[in-house]
Amino acid sequence: MARVEAPESLPDPTAAPEAAIVEVPPELVAQSLGEWFRAWLARVRAGQSGVLPVIVGLLLISIVFTAISPSHLYLSAGNLVNLFQQSAVFMVLAMAETFALLLGEIDLSVGYVGATGGVIAVQLAQPVTAKWPWWGAIIAAVLVCGMVGALWGTLITRLRLSSLIVTLAGGLIFNGVLLIVLAVGPFSGYPSLTGNNPNLQVLYKLMWGTIDPTISWIAMAVIVGALGFLLWFTDNHRRRSGLVAPPVSLTLLKIALIAIVAIAVVAICSINRANIGTLVGVPWVIPIVLAVLAVWTVLLQRTRFGRYVYAIGGNREAARRAGIKVGTVVTWCFVLCSFTAGIGGLLYASYLGGMSNNVNGGQLVLYAIAAAVIGGTSLFGGRGKVLHGVLGGLVIGGIYNGMYLLSIDVQWQFIVTGLVLLVAVTIDALSRRGATSGSTARV
Amino acid sequence: MEPVAQVVRDSPSTGEPLLKLRGVEKHFGPVQALYNVDLDLYAGQITALCGDNGAGKSVLTKCIAGIYQVDHGEFLWEGHPVHIHTPRDSAKLGIETVYQDLALADNLDIVQNMFLGRERLRNGLLNEDDMERAASQTLATLRVTTVRSIRQPVASLSGGQRQSVAVAKAVMWNSKLVMLDEPTAALGVVQTKMVLDLVRRLRDRGLAVMMISHNLNDVFEVADRIAVLYLGRMVVQDRTSAFDRQSVVEYMTTGGFRQAQGGNGEAKHGSS
Repeated sequence: MARVEAPESLPDPTAAPEAAIVEVPPELVAQSLGEWFRAWLARVRAGQSGVLPVIVGLLLISIVFTAISPSHLYLSAGNLVNLFQQSAVFMVLAMAETFALLLGEIDLSVGYVGATGGVIAVQLAQPVTAKWPWWGAIIAAVLVCGMVGALWGTLITRLRLSSLIVTLAGGLIFNGVLLIVLAVGPFSGYPSLTGNNPNLQVLYKLMWGTIDPTISWIAMAVIVGALGFLLWFTDNHRRRSGLVAPPVSLTLLKIALIAIVAIAVVAICSINRANIGTLVGVPWVIPIVLAVLAVWTVLLQRTRFGRYVYAIGGNREAARRAGIKVGTVVTWCFVLCSFTAGIGGLLYASYLGGMSNNVNGGQLVLYAIAAAVIGGTSLFGGRGKVLHGVLGGLVIGGIYNGMYLLSIDVQWQFIVTGLVLLVAVTIDALSRRGATSGSTARV
Repeated sequence: MEPVAQVVRDSPSTGEPLLKLRGVEKHFGPVQALYNVDLDLYAGQITALCGDNGAGKSVLTKCIAGIYQVDHGEFLWEGHPVHIHTPRDSAKLGIETVYQDLALADNLDIVQNMFLGRERLRNGLLNEDDMERAASQTLATLRVTTVRSIRQPVASLSGGQRQSVAVAKAVMWNSKLVMLDEPTAALGVVQTKMVLDLVRRLRDRGLAVMMISHNLNDVFEVADRIAVLYLGRMVVQDRTSAFDRQSVVEYMTTGGFRQAQGGNGEAKHGSS
């Protein structure tokens, strides 16, 4: 037989078709900032835009509502902090939902399961009945939520039930459980967080407590410094070792952006936002949300478990053949989803200053899914980040807040949020179509 | 069980096969998929496994990969009897399989796919630098040089590039035997050439390669040996020079070959 010697360098015969090039993240191939920007523009045109649409959306929302809100109140310090507090529950629930969405599954129970976690904490911390310390109440609440997630995950993986149905049923069940737990004790269904009891105070301050501005500035400087150093060190190390790395200017730009956002947040929070007296400082809820974001980002982007979550979302069969215990990973994702929902429920209880039967967990979960998808997480699995949940939560909170300022009726708020969600899923679907047409001859 | 009637002619230089199958049988319920199959796979040689649809090629591959367990028969790995019960057993021996549907996750990049399930860690976190270095080294030695960036998602690769990544993934693990299931199906002419070059490079590295293929052009272009299955029986296996296209087609379609070719292609049905 004729042995054909492989030519030393193939003339790139199998290079991906033109359309596929735009799918390569620009930071992988660009050598300079200009090149990066051009590659990035090409990607945006092809629908592969990452977090760009949601950032543009946030800017648009800010501009529109600032222009039309009474005395341009929208971008005032008081309102911005208020906006963040209103969005925090959506953000955390959206981060919870991300664990299910990344697998290509869905969890419709995060609203009521999270709220049940919130009411458990509120009930346990009541000084006249359970008398638990605040930390015990919080741990119990999130653990109960985590166990609920383990139940969903087990039903979904062992009995191969659909996650949609299991969690739909679960949401209904926990709507009932919520009402039962609410009715316990002498609070006529309204256990509250008001009062001078220190344990209740801590739970109340999760949302409403503030950090002294001086400490905020110092903490911010330390965190941004550490993050910047880490980013710089990692990218520089990779550049020196000849590994794929973004250009120096892009690394610096990223660090600068992080610093600007952080300084802006602390500066805004350090402005007195009270009508009478003083109210300054970063609310506790900001570091809480950032901590959840940081821990889950490291878990999903930097650990084996996270890699497996993305692999299962991208190609379940490939993951199975690679020796990944798919059932175990899926179950843990539902545990983490419900656990995070529990944190969201705690913030919700704190936001309301107690819990009542007015909790609409059905609406919360829809907002959570909407926030994740608006932020850029795909409903089809394998694509998305917890950061998307935070950005999408800000969009939803921004719309809610802006319409509230304008005293627009709630029905219009639903309609506008729905339209924004439609735009987001359209972008998701279009970019998926781009990805599919990009690779011809897919086997 | 002795291979009574099968034609197994080894060229004298090849010595002991890396993997020797003797009398392998497999049935699914009442359906007998493999009858008393013998197969020899040599290091540094490409063995093409041919056969019509339903001949048992995939079943045999999956038996070697540990996905199916054989009912009867002996596996000799480097001369020693071994038992392959699970995919893990075959991976431990150094057997890797590249399946037809490739088993790559589109949303992950090349490095992530190549290390999927065997990620390297440092302090409990993924050691991306190490993995990227090892992956790019493997791709470089296999001369898979057409990808723009080793960090691009697999979704953005062409069919040939995807196949190359799947093959590179298989050889990363000091594997000794790589089985390729229809590696050139659905590829264009240029991409087929690229993948066949890659298969040759695996052989040149001293690996045993088993390639399932329908495409006789590919078979005659790269294979050192050809083995033909017909309705679950191994009807012939020999050096490629002992065959021509017509004889292979006839073995594949009828299980025998009537025109004597200087004795080279003469074969009888495997006994069952």
